[in-house]
Amino acid sequence: MLGKLTWQAIPFDQPIPLAASALVALAMCAVLVWVAVKGYVPYLWREWITSVDHKRIGVMYCLLALVMLLRGFIDALMMRSQQALAFHAAGYLPPEHYDQIFSAHGTIMIFFVAMPFVIGLMNFAVPLQLGIRDVAFPTMNSVSFWLTAAGALLVCISLIIGEFARTGWLPYPPLSELAYSPGVGVDYYLVALQISGVGTLMTGINFVTTILKMRAPGMRYTRMPIFCWTSLAANLLIVAAFPILTATLAMLLLDRYFGFHFFTNEAGGSPMMFVNLIWAWGHPEVYILILPAFGVFSEVTSTFSGKPLFGYRSMVIATMAICLLSFTVWLHHFFTMGAGADVNGFFGIMSMIIAVPTGVKIFNWLFTMYRGRIRLTSTMLWVIGFIVTFVIGGMTGVLLAVPPADFVLHNSLFLVAHFHNVVIGGVLFGAFAGSAYWFPKAFGFTLDERLGKAAFWFWFVGFYVAFMPLYVLGILGMTRRMQHFDQPEWRPWVLIAGLGALLILCGIALQITQLLVSIRTREQRRDTAGDPWDGRTLEWSTASPPPSFNFAVLPQVTQVDSYWGVKVKAREARRLADEPEYESIEVPRHSATGFITAFFATATGFAMIWHIWWLVALGLVGAYATFVVFAWRDVSETRIPAAAVARIDRANRAARAHALQGGHA
Amino acid sequence: MFALGASVCAASILNPVGPVGIAERTILLDSLAIMLAIVIPTIVATLAFAYWYRASNSRARYMPDWAYSGRLELIIWSIPALVVLFLGGIAWLSSHRLDPAQPLDSPNRPLEIQVVSLDWRWLFIYPEQNVASINELVVPVGVPLHFRITSATVMNVFFVPRLGSEIYCMNGMVTQLNLQADQVGVYPGLSAQFSGDGFSGMHFAVRAGTPREFNDWLAHSRKAGAQLDDAAYGQLRRQSQDERVYAYREVRAGLFDDIASRKLPPGEGPRSSDPSAQVSPHGRQ
Repeated sequence: MLGKLTWQAIPFDQPIPLAASALVALAMCAVLVWVAVKGYVPYLWREWITSVDHKRIGVMYCLLALVMLLRGFIDALMMRSQQALAFHAAGYLPPEHYDQIFSAHGTIMIFFVAMPFVIGLMNFAVPLQLGIRDVAFPTMNSVSFWLTAAGALLVCISLIIGEFARTGWLPYPPLSELAYSPGVGVDYYLVALQISGVGTLMTGINFVTTILKMRAPGMRYTRMPIFCWTSLAANLLIVAAFPILTATLAMLLLDRYFGFHFFTNEAGGSPMMFVNLIWAWGHPEVYILILPAFGVFSEVTSTFSGKPLFGYRSMVIATMAICLLSFTVWLHHFFTMGAGADVNGFFGIMSMIIAVPTGVKIFNWLFTMYRGRIRLTSTMLWVIGFIVTFVIGGMTGVLLAVPPADFVLHNSLFLVAHFHNVVIGGVLFGAFAGSAYWFPKAFGFTLDERLGKAAFWFWFVGFYVAFMPLYVLGILGMTRRMQHFDQPEWRPWVLIAGLGALLILCGIALQITQLLVSIRTREQRRDTAGDPWDGRTLEWSTASPPPSFNFAVLPQVTQVDSYWGVKVKAREARRLADEPEYESIEVPRHSATGFITAFFATATGFAMIWHIWWLVALGLVGAYATFVVFAWRDVSETRIPAAAVARIDRANRAARAHALQGGHA
Repeated sequence: MFALGASVCAASILNPVGPVGIAERTILLDSLAIMLAIVIPTIVATLAFAYWYRASNSRARYMPDWAYSGRLELIIWSIPALVVLFLGGIAWLSSHRLDPAQPLDSPNRPLEIQVVSLDWRWLFIYPEQNVASINELVVPVGVPLHFRITSATVMNVFFVPRLGSEIYCMNGMVTQLNLQADQVGVYPGLSAQFSGDGFSGMHFAVRAGTPREFNDWLAHSRKAGAQLDDAAYGQLRRQSQDERVYAYREVRAGLFDDIASRKLPPGEGPRSSDPSAQVSPHGRQ
């Protein structure tokens, strides 16, 4: 009846996961009870859970990322503390538990923190920047989000029911095959990523279509904000790369569930094929994450320097060059697998070539600041912190791309330091910059600056204290994923790295405080005019938060920094442009399709992991039925009458006219 | 940037004891120096621009519309391109010169060593001397070492930081590696690829001694120890976190090739007789 699921699956003898999951369950129950008691359920259901509005979905993606960031960061603290204790000792985490923690840390941070964070920002900002009312397929967008959340939920369930993978965040076979990992951990990994991977692929399709086909009138490719360009590149990469991930994981699933031999030691399986395939996805994945962050940095630098982005065309060319080149470098992840010198040399050079457009971007941001009037807000601090940190990470990356250097650094903590250097210093700093930048647009009030700056400094200093020692440890020959060690030279650096993790913890605590304080004092920090940073792109022409239809009348685009042009004209004329003629607007109807599909997907996934075959069938039928019901709908849009549109937009215009008179420069 | 004291260097890849490691250190430091030449100015310029062009500095020039300069863009593209051209040359040449499979330049005939990674131990077979050792690699100094490497189980990486290049151990494949130790000493070796619960204990000592010490060790090993035949290998296939060091006085001919060509079955993996192995591994220990 319940397949492999028995009471043995719950680790009653392990206090750490048991207490942790009890705490999480308790917190979740408390939130649910609070929501129910306060009577927020109908509101949440109507306005958020079933919302197909790209802005709401974007916010939910970012929220998911933040929640999972906490989970992934707790894993990081456990790893650091284990290594701090495990010198000539066993520490407090036995290998079978420690192995799950570093696997979960990597999986969560990449798939359920970095990915939802950048996808959330794209969701929120891209349609606004393009001057349109929604993405191409709004309901599919909601399905994407809920499938991602379903994957995250399954990973969290593995904390208490069964186990998570003990193979590292990329489950290299044969270790991940049934013969060496008979437990359910790898199945949790595979199923969770297959479900969320489908969601990500649909996001890719959605955004490629949106950006290629749905721009505001007059917005040629050469007038698109750079964040839209980098989002386009990232989503092209998703469309091209995620099917590789899905196929590769599917082959491993077939090995594990049906006795296939794609990657096994027996019957002619080729584990190395998995390594090639996973990195053929894995390297583009790196750029899926970093390109949108590059877009954020471009927008922020330009806005806060009070200048257009320097070298717009260079930036576009560099972005698209990275997009293409990212598929030609995957072998640098395993120079030490014994490929010949020609192969290693070729991939080494290709990996370096990709540093050229990246270097160009850095210089472009530099010259955007040059002769600017830089407002050093917390948002801008993230950018400066990023440039300083990222060039170091880029340098160590190019160093690892020299094959003979990699021969002594591969899989060492030097490598771990390198990719944290670019993922934290690049992707995460970008996500933080983007969320501080667009927060007032999303919620109608700004974040507390003092706490924001304090959080930045703790993150920035904490990063260096936590990861520079790992570079040293790599040079001292320490490899990653060690549960214990006995070389005394390593000890001091391991302890310093632990201290750095604590500093980052303070940074995270300050960010949570910042959010709470800002919400409490929101009335004093209202963004009434909708343009708190003196922005340049179209999202700043809408009210904060924007109405469900974004733009009462689609804007006419005539230049790159489209809204800047409008503002300059208005400032010169000392009045806004004439009021447009309002028409009624059709917006997509709310739909529970995403939520229900994800419910069935979670059930199917859980049942697959535990071999509860009847539930697998039921879940699949349920998900298909949900799709059929959605496809059969008669009414897909709601009409907002012209009078309502006029009322909403006139309020926005009045606020802007007021700001214009109020002596904006 | 890295505060590497002298004592710290003593154990590091920056303090190699063989020609491969020395060449790799040179490439590492050269590449680092070339890149620092643009990375440091970039960091300084970033901080300087951010400071000087801050909004409150009324002396700084503000050009609100300046966004293009062809000459500057040419330089922007050229600097990284030139650096990469230079580094790319280093990468290509050094990949060939330091190809792990390429024999070292030496008047001495290389010593053949076969390496098998097990769960979670290392087996070193000396086919010409017909002895083998577990978790200890004994080598003579000044003699090139030719390794043929495979895995009886999951992937591992054979790595002796102070000798140089690491390389994967993979079931059904043989990778090759050429190294040499030039100084007498004991150097740590380890697996650099996570291979399961016993991974952290999967280290071995490399004892590099004079040729005479090496011969003494051979003679000693031939006297003591068991025979490494198929039955003994069957024991080695089982998972074990035993970190003991011992030697085999005799090795069944062709053992390495039979493991590498999958004629012998691969490592057993966890015992499936334990009912909880399928479900919750927490309890399995």
